[in-house]
Amino acid sequence: MIARFDAAEISVLRSLLSQILELVEPGPTGDDPLERALGIGPSEQPTDPVLARLFPSAYEDHEQSAEFRRYTEATLREGKRADARTMLDSALPGEVELTQEQAQAWMRALNDVRLALGTRLEVDEEVHDEIAAMAEDDPRYPAYVTYDWLTYLQDTLVRALW
Amino acid sequence: MDVRPDLPWLTVVWNDPVNLMSYVTYVFQTVFGYSREKAEKLMLDVHHKGKAVVSSGTREEMERDVQIMHSYGLWATVQKQS
Repeated sequence: MIARFDAAEISVLRSLLSQILELVEPGPTGDDPLERALGIGPSEQPTDPVLARLFPSAYEDHEQSAEFRRYTEATLREGKRADARTMLDSALPGEVELTQEQAQAWMRALNDVRLALGTRLEVDEEVHDEIAAMAEDDPRYPAYVTYDWLTYLQDTLVRALW
Repeated sequence: MDVRPDLPWLTVVWNDPVNLMSYVTYVFQTVFGYSREKAEKLMLDVHHKGKAVVSSGTREEMERDVQIMHSYGLWATVQKQS
């Protein structure tokens, strides 16, 4: 698959991906070295709303949810970091040729970026109509336009992969 | 979704305003090997009804499916069929 971006677009993408890598810390972050070696991570849902959305609770029951999180969140974090890094490594200005595997990493990484931005902006189902009606001098405009562009980009990528 | 009585655990995917309809359909097709028609029907159920059961099986299988859904950024939970 061939993707084409200009320098300004790549700069936006790279900045957003770096933010994801900063936010999603690597693997097990506990103090116990044995737990870290075994890949055992935190059991509580993150308090940051973006992290809570990227790592949702798997059960309604708190105890079951904590147990699941303990054994899975570190792996999920590594996966999201790997996808973001794959995209960072291949997102360069001009024409980029992506393998199927790289394109799928791009798709997931773009989705994580959209989830992060969408959660921060508190978007709802009507977001695209809101952007269309928003005044260009609205202070929220640049962030919303970026979100809209990422949405277009991801949809294009999904359709190209199908 | 047909739920077998001997496999009472479910993977439920919940609606959210960020995940794209095209992306959700693509994920259901790719992860579960569903036909485009079935994947689209499940995606529309998530979109219109707020959630849909996307797979059923043992508890271990459903935990694996939920983890995969989370890796794609979909909001999924494990439930026991009542």
